[in-house]
Amino acid sequence: MTDTTAHTRRPKGHRAPRYEGLLPFALLAIAGVALPLLDDSYIGLIATRACIYWILVAGLNLVVGFAGQIAIGWVALLTLGAYTTSVLTAGAAMPALPPYLALAIAAVAGAAFGVIVGLPALRLRTFYFAMTTLGFATIVTQVALAWKSVTGGGIGVAGPVFPSPFEPGWGFYYLCFGLAAVATWMTANIAASRFGRSLVAIRDAEVAAEASGIAKPLLLMTVFVFSGALAGVAGGLFASLQTYITPDAFTFDLSILFFIAILIGGRGSIIGPLLGTIILTVLPEFAAPLVAWSTFLYAALLLAIVLAMPGGIADLLDFKNRRPLERHREVVPRPEMLTHLLDGEGSVLSLSNVVLAFGGVRAIDGLDLEVRPGEVHGLIGPNGSGKTTTLNVISGYYAPQSGNVRLGDAVLPSGAAQLRASHRIARTFQTPKVIGGASVLDNVKIGGTIDGHGSFVEAMLTLPRHRRDEAVLRERALLALSVVGLESLADVRADRLQHSELRFVEIARALMLGPSILLLDEPAAGLSAEEIRRLGALIKAISRAGTSVLLVEHHADLIFDICDRVTVLNLGKVLAAGTPDEIRSHREVVSAYLGA
Amino acid sequence: MLESIVSYGLAVGAVYALIGITYNVMFTASRVFSFTAGMLGMLGGVLGALFIDQMGLPVIVGLAATLACGAVIGVVTEIVTVRPVLKSLEQHLYVLSTLAFALLVQQFTAIEWGTEARPFPRLFKIEAGLLDQQFWLPLLACAVTVVGLELLYRRTLIGRAFLAISEDNYAARALGLPEQWLRIASFILAGMIGTLAGFSGGELLLAFFGNQSILNFYGFVPVALGGMGSNRGALIGGLALGVFQQTANFLVGGVFAAVAVFAVFIVVLLLRPEGLAGASGARRV
Repeated sequence: MTDTTAHTRRPKGHRAPRYEGLLPFALLAIAGVALPLLDDSYIGLIATRACIYWILVAGLNLVVGFAGQIAIGWVALLTLGAYTTSVLTAGAAMPALPPYLALAIAAVAGAAFGVIVGLPALRLRTFYFAMTTLGFATIVTQVALAWKSVTGGGIGVAGPVFPSPFEPGWGFYYLCFGLAAVATWMTANIAASRFGRSLVAIRDAEVAAEASGIAKPLLLMTVFVFSGALAGVAGGLFASLQTYITPDAFTFDLSILFFIAILIGGRGSIIGPLLGTIILTVLPEFAAPLVAWSTFLYAALLLAIVLAMPGGIADLLDFKNRRPLERHREVVPRPEMLTHLLDGEGSVLSLSNVVLAFGGVRAIDGLDLEVRPGEVHGLIGPNGSGKTTTLNVISGYYAPQSGNVRLGDAVLPSGAAQLRASHRIARTFQTPKVIGGASVLDNVKIGGTIDGHGSFVEAMLTLPRHRRDEAVLRERALLALSVVGLESLADVRADRLQHSELRFVEIARALMLGPSILLLDEPAAGLSAEEIRRLGALIKAISRAGTSVLLVEHHADLIFDICDRVTVLNLGKVLAAGTPDEIRSHREVVSAYLGA
Repeated sequence: MLESIVSYGLAVGAVYALIGITYNVMFTASRVFSFTAGMLGMLGGVLGALFIDQMGLPVIVGLAATLACGAVIGVVTEIVTVRPVLKSLEQHLYVLSTLAFALLVQQFTAIEWGTEARPFPRLFKIEAGLLDQQFWLPLLACAVTVVGLELLYRRTLIGRAFLAISEDNYAARALGLPEQWLRIASFILAGMIGTLAGFSGGELLLAFFGNQSILNFYGFVPVALGGMGSNRGALIGGLALGVFQQTANFLVGGVFAAVAVFAVFIVVLLLRPEGLAGASGARRV
């Protein structure tokens, strides 16, 4: 890539969003550090508890708030961490270990069980997964009760005592506060990285995430490991704070608290759930009569949030996205900047004798198709003729019963949608699949996810390689937005955009791959005549930069205007194929589809 | 011993099956999995004990009052937790809204009724034995419910309308079926079946607020394994689960029984997420 910064015109007021929103964290940090000045041990106790809860919630937030997995039984991991630490330091079952080592082992145990609890999420839908975490939570408590020789059964076991300087009292508070701060920092780093964006993509636009090459199983498992480890640490600290633990200490109410703190805070936010945790921990303490009603109130709060304020606290704090947008916006693409994004290496995409049947219906019936680099290939036909199905076979959502799809000389594995991005096959969708809650820029960055080199751990600790990844992604995403003409909306939440603008967001996201094959599924639907003309010029420019473009469209004018070759489908078969002029005069096509 | 395993297991299994059917009735009308199923079962026990033991109502009046409460709660569930979120684009919100509502009711019960398990009254003044009422009552309730539902679905117009809604919501609405009223009706029905489950199994499970989560989970296992919406799956699965649990309780202890059920549940669902008898997958793109 050549020097692109000269072309990335930044609109006024467009700042790097990194430092926005740091203020609440700074205020909390100052308050947390200065808290011992109050010299009130009761407040210290509550604050320590809030810190411990947050260590767990910070990790769970990535699972619930970002990845959207309804994990309601997370108290199980707290229990596990608490017992692991306590049993190892008590020395009843084996020689006693120092508490810090025991805490580290609890983190490892938490990570391992995080995977076990999380595994079903790969296959199961929302309610089913919620049930499995619920079942897990009840089982862990039962095991703790029954395994008397180790856990002490109903009598319990003493929690670990951390030696000076983290002795019980303010010393222990500083340990918990420090770990909570580290947990905040790490999860905030992940949230702002391509991993965090991918999690949100899995939550809100799973199909698009797959098309962008995001490996859901690996990513989810990584997050479950991370979240489990934090929960294990939180458990060890919790046991120390309690000084003595029995299975009764780990009621399901705690799970509810953790879960609701995240939802009250708002999904996809760090500061929201942090405030939610503090509020839910502190609230019952200041109203003694409320203690018995606390879970009742949490539940009422959850119901109110779900029904009235799905965005949570984070939505209330999101002042930026309440500023009105300019009314009469026009999308003006700048195809001339494409050369900075595309490297001009296209490949031939060919389908030979592809058959795909759903039950008795042959949606595609022996289709041959060849899309060449530098060309726009139009795919037209009446509804139900198999156009979108063809795109879905190419991008791996459907595995054909026979025939194959080749890229150059290599046969693409059938199915395996998530591997298509690595072959530089990008696509858009009939209904735009964007993440409504994320900024336009973040949506576009999703398209370049597979080009990051830094690992999850590097992202968590913001190591140099990860920072370089992010810089490149950001630069390319701004460039892609300039190409489609949306750079002025980069920081706006995507669900505030017009439908036509979302279509261009999808194209920008696809361009992030530097695609050698670009599949467009009715990109002109819902656009004005002027917008269609500009879109046509953009698509043509993309193909001239070396990409093979396959365009499914109903607008005959657009097709005949920009396509180099056109294939007409009817009932899953090729009715006609040729240049636009040949197709326009093809008698059967005219009578079956185009009309007189 | 074998007799007691079987009779106790079948009785508890019948309660699970009824809770499973409660899930199904709500699911077929709205495509909503509701956490309120276990709550209804819990309430059946608590309300039965409240009406009959505490307020001294006759058994039949107590049963009627309990079922009436179940029906009212069904209506409230539909209006408060289901209708608002069905409109929303985010399909999974119902998980949260029904969970919140179920928790509200459970916590209210815990505070007003107490967190201790209280005894459930004996409904008929007859001698105890292996064929005691606590064993056959749940089975009878289960049989009546299954036969009643079958007759309702096959023989009556409103039952066919239920089926139509569950088969194809849009087509049914296009035919002019009052979808909303049918949904309320099915939630009323579910409310009554759920409380009947708790009421008939009251002597076994006691009047205890903690039954909610147990019933939620063990009522869900058979329908999840049998395929959502299948009452036959719920019936067979529920009874089998009950007997299996009791056998394992006697042979290896309750904890291992719980772990075993959980392990089977997860493994089966990982292999076949749509359940053993369910059908899978719709078009995503």
